Amino acid sequence: MEPVLTSGQHVGDHPRPEKNYLNENTRVWDWMTTVDHKRIGLMYLVGSLFFFLIGGMLALMLRLVLMTPQHTMFGIAVDAEMYNRMFTLHGAIMVFLFIIPAIPGSLTNFVLPLMLGAKDVAFPKLNLASFYVYVAGAIMAVSSIVIGAVDTGWTFYTPYSSSSSQTAVASMTMAAFILGFSSILTGLNFIATVHKLRAPGMGWFDMPLFIWGMYSTAVIQILATPVLAITLVLLAIEKTFHIGIFDPKYGGDPVLFQHFFWFYSHPAVYIMILPGMAIISELIPTFSKKTIFGYRAIAYSSVSLALVSFIVWGHHMFVAGQSQLANVVFSALTFLVAIPSGVKVFNWLTTMYKGNIVLKTPMWFAIAFLILFAIGGLTGIFLGTLSTNIHLTDTYFVVAHFHYVMMGSTVTAFLGGLYYWWPKMTGRMFSEKGGKISCALWFIGFNATFIPQFIMGSQGMPRRYYNYLDQFQPFHAFSTVGSWILGLSLFTVAGVLLASLRKPADAPDDPWGGTTLEWKTSSPPITHNFHDQPVLEREPYDYRPAGMAGKGH
Amino acid sequence: MSTTTTDLHAHGGHDSHGEHHNPFHQHHFATMEQQFDTAKIGMWTFLVTEVLMFGGLFVGFGLSQAKYPQEFVDAHHHLQRWAGSLNTVVLLFSSWTMVMAVHAAQTSQKARMKMFLWITLLCACVFMGVKYYEYSHKFEEGLLPGMFYHSQPTDTIPGSHGYATFFAFYFMMTGLHGIHILIGMGLILWLLKNADNFNSEWYTPVDLFGLYWHIVDMIWIYLFPLYYLIS
Repeated sequence: MEPVLTSGQHVGDHPRPEKNYLNENTRVWDWMTTVDHKRIGLMYLVGSLFFFLIGGMLALMLRLVLMTPQHTMFGIAVDAEMYNRMFTLHGAIMVFLFIIPAIPGSLTNFVLPLMLGAKDVAFPKLNLASFYVYVAGAIMAVSSIVIGAVDTGWTFYTPYSSSSSQTAVASMTMAAFILGFSSILTGLNFIATVHKLRAPGMGWFDMPLFIWGMYSTAVIQILATPVLAITLVLLAIEKTFHIGIFDPKYGGDPVLFQHFFWFYSHPAVYIMILPGMAIISELIPTFSKKTIFGYRAIAYSSVSLALVSFIVWGHHMFVAGQSQLANVVFSALTFLVAIPSGVKVFNWLTTMYKGNIVLKTPMWFAIAFLILFAIGGLTGIFLGTLSTNIHLTDTYFVVAHFHYVMMGSTVTAFLGGLYYWWPKMTGRMFSEKGGKISCALWFIGFNATFIPQFIMGSQGMPRRYYNYLDQFQPFHAFSTVGSWILGLSLFTVAGVLLASLRKPADAPDDPWGGTTLEWKTSSPPITHNFHDQPVLEREPYDYRPAGMAGKGH
Repeated sequence: MSTTTTDLHAHGGHDSHGEHHNPFHQHHFATMEQQFDTAKIGMWTFLVTEVLMFGGLFVGFGLSQAKYPQEFVDAHHHLQRWAGSLNTVVLLFSSWTMVMAVHAAQTSQKARMKMFLWITLLCACVFMGVKYYEYSHKFEEGLLPGMFYHSQPTDTIPGSHGYATFFAFYFMMTGLHGIHILIGMGLILWLLKNADNFNSEWYTPVDLFGLYWHIVDMIWIYLFPLYYLIS
């Protein structure tokens, strides 16, 4: 299996350059003012992983509280208010500060221009600005939750957020508003880059599928985030001036808030999952050594997921007093989501079929993704079905479902992508053994944590409760133990990757035998990405021998 | 495209044919044309987000109006229709002067471009002046949002909040629009300060600002009938 992978140390005629984007201009000030998309990507990576750590720690604490029905943590009693704050902090940090910015901000920022054969994103200064907007929003968000003790959950439902909660909801929503701007600017930058900065010879259907996925993500960021922004402003103004928009106390309509919120936040789910799918579309052909099956179908399914995501928001309000007709329509529309998702999974599996599969660490994660995403996606159908939804609403079944999609799918793909592009980003190979152990722990820990939650959810365990009936004890205890394995796996990932930094640069330019343009430059890349402007001569994922190769479908 | 990356970098934006290079040409674009098109796509995308942001407010207004139809009609009689009409005319005229400014920039007529930019700025000032007059009128009468509302007549339906909600939306929407006008005024001043840089080869900022100004006008075109012409 090995020979395919060591396809020569360097690509092209140039010797390995002494200067690259990492060792040129290394003062802190150079980093802070850089407009290089690769450096901004690394800064995003550090930022979002930091919040992943904090959010993860909170998750472990929540699981500890729930381990026994005594609502204690290390013997200290945790009351309902404290528990509310903890899960709000966990949810808000994970959604707004980790999952939404992680793949677009870090991995995509790094590889998108490389894949297109461009020297940078379209607006490099705007790219840096969006990073600082993210930092500002993050500081504001964390301080309002920690100091202001926000306890509304990450969804800020009215009237709880507008009149019942006396906490810093206004400043928290403004923080989310600011973070939304960071997301908008990133999306805008990617759209312009994809439209205008593709390498000569690269048409729309010659782009790697990662780009299609990220382009679809950017479209959602552009179309949905402004609506969330204005909704949160309305909420903050309502709270401050007592205007009747969402709060029945002042003559408003609380379900209107849910409509506004989910008009953004349902598409936002696809801001989180599409980048994961985008990464998997790279990993599968690279490690199957086979042209991707159904290129156009995958490209179109990304775009159609982006579009469908805008017409299903009502499925969050089946029990919120929405009309029966609307419920039926939204339920039917929700099933549409399954079609492009199914198309993708079918194409990935068919790509692997009769491929020359090379089981390196990123491919382990890709396979884990396929399994976890199938479970997360199919349980989504249960929840989209009106009759079962009524039974399962606000139970742990929902919690388990969205963790399978958000974490089991997106974070699995993120970790796979991180391993995949790590040699390109740092110039160093990591320990394969360590990588595989971390993946195995991740997969076991994840299922151990969340499968019990499906079961107890179907038996009626409500979400967001700090305590429970004794009958749920075994499931909660099992889930908590699972969370420890999950924690261990993430520390293993960190250990494996950080250990690779201790040795000298050893990564070849194309360690995995990838065919997309980011592998056609040195590892790590030079500051301006390519020695020569790359020209696309072969379509992506073309694994035919050189003699048979050529562009054209 | 056979130019090497290092060449492109060393000379700032020198293309492979050795043509004289424009100081505003950024190194990661192959040609000035590509740079201009990219900027334009970026601007249009940004304007889409603006429309969607206002869209949320329009939907909120529409739903509140459906909830308090009578109060909204009554409340709108407190707006001065002549002031709104005047502002509509002023803004429409400024859109025309902006078009002329962009055309002047495209054809390297600097003096003409400056003149039209100044007229556009003047229109914006008139708009904000009228807005100031209207707002102070509302403040005097107590036609204010939410808990600050203290005018007669109070709501026709006891316990409802139609008037206060109407003026809440009025201030939010015209206020957000006014902030956009203020930002636009600052941008016009910036364009005037850098007017000497713009010519037929590079006038991207003028062109992009023109797009921004038109969208701000267009939002007003929708705000005006929404608030002043309810029946």
